[in-house]
Amino acid sequence: MDIILQQLVNGLTLGSVYGLIAIGYTMVYGIIGMINFAHGDVYMVSSYLTAIAIALLSYFGLESFPIIIFGTLIFTIVVTGAYGWVIERVAYRPLRNSSRLAVLISAIGMSLILQNYVQIAQGARQQGVPTMLTGAIRLDIGDGFVQITYMKLFILFVAFLGMGVLTYIIQKTKLGRMCRATQQDRKMASILGINTDRIISAVFVIGATMAALAGVLITLDYGAFDFYVGFIIGIKAFTAAVLGGIGSLPGAMLGGVILGLSEALFAGLISSDYKDVFSFSLLVIILIFRPSGLLGKPEVEKV
Amino acid sequence: MTTLLEFKDVDVHYGPIQALKKVSLDVKEGEIATMIGSNGAGKSTLLMSIFGQPRISSGQIIYRGEDISDKSAHYVASNGLAQSPEGRRIFPGMSVEENLLMGTIPIGMDHCDEDMQRMFELFPRLKERRNQRASTMSGGEQQMLAIARALMSRPKLLLLDEPSLGLAPIIVKQIFQILEDVASTGMTIFLVEQNANHALKLADRGYVMVNGEIRITGTGEELLVNPEVRDAYLGGH
Repeated sequence: MDIILQQLVNGLTLGSVYGLIAIGYTMVYGIIGMINFAHGDVYMVSSYLTAIAIALLSYFGLESFPIIIFGTLIFTIVVTGAYGWVIERVAYRPLRNSSRLAVLISAIGMSLILQNYVQIAQGARQQGVPTMLTGAIRLDIGDGFVQITYMKLFILFVAFLGMGVLTYIIQKTKLGRMCRATQQDRKMASILGINTDRIISAVFVIGATMAALAGVLITLDYGAFDFYVGFIIGIKAFTAAVLGGIGSLPGAMLGGVILGLSEALFAGLISSDYKDVFSFSLLVIILIFRPSGLLGKPEVEKV
Repeated sequence: MTTLLEFKDVDVHYGPIQALKKVSLDVKEGEIATMIGSNGAGKSTLLMSIFGQPRISSGQIIYRGEDISDKSAHYVASNGLAQSPEGRRIFPGMSVEENLLMGTIPIGMDHCDEDMQRMFELFPRLKERRNQRASTMSGGEQQMLAIARALMSRPKLLLLDEPSLGLAPIIVKQIFQILEDVASTGMTIFLVEQNANHALKLADRGYVMVNGEIRITGTGEELLVNPEVRDAYLGGH
C-alpha cells in the first residue's frame, strides 16, 4: 500500500515533467506537422544552463534558495527560448516548403549538433549541481510510510503552474488565438493578416521554455546530467505526446501524467530495470490500437 | 471614381499548367464588381493571387497605386484587403466569437465590441450561436461567419469567393440581401461567383472568365442580357 502511494507521488512528479516536455512536441507538430527530434536536446541544453545559472549566482554571492531558484528559472527559460528560436530559424524555416522527410532529417541533424556542441563545450563527463532544497514530509501509513520531498512538491507546483499559465495564454490571449488559427488553417491565418512565420517561431520558443522549466526542475531534483540526457527523456515525452494525441495541448499534459504514473507503478510493483521497456511498449501499443491518442482527432486527408 | 485594385496582364502558372492568362481588370472605389465563370475557370486562383498564394508569374497587381504582387499575405491583409475565401475556411475549433476576433488582427481591438455588435445585427444567426464551435454550424451559418470575419477588419475592399457555394436557394437569397446591405454602406466589393444570376443583379460591373481568360466585360445589366452569357451561365432562357 505504501509502495503504491509512494510510487503515485513519484509518478505524478515525473509525469508532470514529461507533460512539460511533451508540450513542445505536440505544439510544433500541431503547427507545422513535424516531429522536432531536437526537442529532447533542447531540454538537455537547459540542464547545463541550470548549472551555469547556479554557478553564476553563487559566484556573485547569491545563495538563498528563493533567489537562486528564481534567477535560475529566468536565466534558463530566456536562454533556452532563444535556442528554440534559433533552431527553428536555422534548421526548419529554410525547409518550410520542402518534404516532411527533409525536415525530419534536419531535426535529427540538429539533435546531433546540439549533443556534440555541448559535449565539446562542456566535456563528456557527467556534471552535477548541489542539492538546493532538502527535507521531506513523512506520512505514516500502517506499517510503512510515504515520503514526499519538498523538492517533489516544488516540482509539482511549478510544473502545473507552468501548464496552467500556458493553457491560459493559448485559450484566452490574442497570441494564443493566433497560434490556434495558424494551427487550424495556416493559409487562412495569413490571409487574415497573421505573420505565420512569426507565430511558428513563437511556438518553438514556447516549446523550448516549457522544456527549460522541466530541465531546471529535474536537474535540481536529480543533480546529475550529461550531454546525452535529452535522448531518453525526449523519447519518453514524445511517447506522452502520442499517448495524449499528438497536436493536442491538453493531450500532452494528460499523456505525460499517465505515462509518469504508469511507469512509476510498473517500476515499483514489477521491475524498475524494465521501466523503459514498459514505456516504449506502451508507445507501440498506442500506435497500433489508437494512433490518434487519447484526446487527438483522427487525421482526415484534406481534399 | 478612383481605382482601388487593378490586375495588369497577370499570368499564373501551377507547374506547367497556366491558370490565368493575361488577366486585366480593375475594381473602383465604392462599386460592386463581379467575376463570373464556371468551376475551374480560375476565379479562386485570381482572388488568392492577390495574397500571393500562388504568386503570379508575370504582370502586376496594383492596390491603391502600389504593386503588391510580391508582398506577403499578411502585408496585403494589413492594408485593407479582406477575403471570405472559397470553402469559407472558418476556424473549426474556435467559437463564433473567436472567429470574429481573428478578423480584427489588421486593425487591433479598438473597434472590436462595436463591430461585433454590428455583425450580430447584420447576421442575427451568429449572435444566437456566438459561443458555439464554428464546426458545428450549418453551411449557411459558416458562410455568414466567413463574411462577418472579413468585415471585422473594416476592409477597404471586400473580396468574396463564391458565397453561394453549396447553399440552399433561400439561404443564397438571404446572403445576397445582406451583401446588398453591406454595399449600401459604401463598401467596395469584388465578388467571384458561379451563380451568375444573383451576382450580375447585385453588381455594377462584371467580367466573365473562361479557362483563365477574361472573355466578356460589361455592366451587370449588359451581361444579364448578353446572349453568350445567358446561354452559358443563366440556363439559356
